[in-house]
Amino acid sequence: MRKVNQKGWFFVLPVLILVAFNALVPMMTVVNYSVQETFGDNVFFWQGLDWFQQILRSDRFHAALGRQFLFTGMILAIEVPLGVIIALSMPRKGFWVPVCLVTMALPMLIPWNVVGAMWNIFTLPDIGLLGYLMNHTLGINYNMTQDPVAAWITVILMDVWHWTSLVVLLCYAGLVSIPDAYYQAAKIDGASNWSVFRYIQLPKMKQVLTIAVLLRFMDSFNIYTEPFVLTGGGPGNSTTLLSIDLVKIALGQFDLGPAAAMSLIYFAITLFVSWLFYTLMTRNDAK
Amino acid sequence: MRKRSIIPILYILFLMLPIYWLVAMSFKTTQEILGGFSLFPKVWTLASYRTIFTDPTWYWGYINSIAYVSINMVISVTVALPAAYAFSRYRFLGDKQLFFWLLTNRMAPAAVFALPFFQLYSAVGLFDTYWAVALAHCLFNIPLSVWILEGFMGGVPKELDETAFVDGYSFPRFFATVFLPTIKAGVGVAAFFCFMFSWVELLLAKTLTAVYAKPIAATMTKTASSAGYELGLLAAAGTLTIIPGAIVIWFVRNYIAKGFALGRV
Repeated sequence: MRKVNQKGWFFVLPVLILVAFNALVPMMTVVNYSVQETFGDNVFFWQGLDWFQQILRSDRFHAALGRQFLFTGMILAIEVPLGVIIALSMPRKGFWVPVCLVTMALPMLIPWNVVGAMWNIFTLPDIGLLGYLMNHTLGINYNMTQDPVAAWITVILMDVWHWTSLVVLLCYAGLVSIPDAYYQAAKIDGASNWSVFRYIQLPKMKQVLTIAVLLRFMDSFNIYTEPFVLTGGGPGNSTTLLSIDLVKIALGQFDLGPAAAMSLIYFAITLFVSWLFYTLMTRNDAK
Repeated sequence: MRKRSIIPILYILFLMLPIYWLVAMSFKTTQEILGGFSLFPKVWTLASYRTIFTDPTWYWGYINSIAYVSINMVISVTVALPAAYAFSRYRFLGDKQLFFWLLTNRMAPAAVFALPFFQLYSAVGLFDTYWAVALAHCLFNIPLSVWILEGFMGGVPKELDETAFVDGYSFPRFFATVFLPTIKAGVGVAAFFCFMFSWVELLLAKTLTAVYAKPIAATMTKTASSAGYELGLLAAAGTLTIIPGAIVIWFVRNYIAKGFALGRV
């Protein structure tokens, strides 16, 4: 049991100051904009909750939110099972373990806009490896700057490429923590591969898998740079996810009021999921 | 070789293909890139790399990025250490709420903060300096470091602290000579994750800089597009941004999962 010691506040004070400076001041600016209207020259008018109503009723916001949930849902449906399968088939010891770990983690350390640029080069119709293979070797018409379906497939493929390793590494860490004795016992009992997975491996992976799913949910929900560099939100608005739309409104059209209201709604959704994340995780800690 | 080894091999192959394409393209001449499809560079050229290493607008981008990433790493880990200790050892008023609030900042979408950050750092006169980016990245790197370090500290038995205090160690001496060495793996992992997220983040870094502190990743997009999309140059600059990550990853390979799980595996 931890001791009650109010001195703890002195220990967390530097963290509190630095994070509050970065979180609270900008947040108050956003709140401020969200209830006011301006025509420039720093003259502001009280606007009340109009912007919030406008955003919540606008088709544009609904469409962006819909695309965001579709994107997040699709990458979760692909990355989680794929990650589990790869983690299960990875070697447990020997020379190949570090090789696998390092090569698999590599995509996560590449700056996000380089990821976008890299996939852009990779998928160029005539001179990119994937683009050339699709168009000239397989004869499938593939051009993500014109075809929304191709753009969506590319954005999802890019995210799978970028982040499946996160699921793999977390599951793998759960798997290697299973003592050999469990497997030996299963062997003596004559358990099938499926029962080993269902009753030994899956329970061990449950905690890390929760973390993986929620991290992927949140990071993909906030995604901006990679799809922006890859497709710019196009063709049309087909890959304009929530963050991209927000930046378009705030910095492109300079509609500060609606952009601020949208930021707060966006943040509220993320906050709700964070809370869910925290409750699930601390419940796991308590066990 | 077992049959199921085929799955990791195929996966790694899939991961390496786009990287290979980027690296291969960085060694091709512009004529070859635009001239048509070729799997390997026909004529190997270092021209793109030469441009980057001789043109100040390019190589300063790297220096800028490394500068603010390092500053951020030092600040984040230094302030996170005592905080993580407090969260792992003491109970105090509002500790749970504070811990959760820190986490929410790790989850906040950067796009929400882009414009207010620009105004805030312009107002305090730090716009376009290393400090602006380094401090802004503290928003998500400090919470991450606190969580990771708290996870590692939780694995250290409390008897260690108690014995040291009975032996007459003062708190600072205990922390520096006994406690820090026992959690040095955790410090390394926290530093690595600060490096990683500061290195890959671009939206805030780009918003908070104009000329003097511009990160390499921003130089890349701008120069490449204004100069009529010089793909070779773009590819070479991209390749160079992969190298630092590839080097440091070796040291933390066994801890990456623990870091992502915020110290909870």
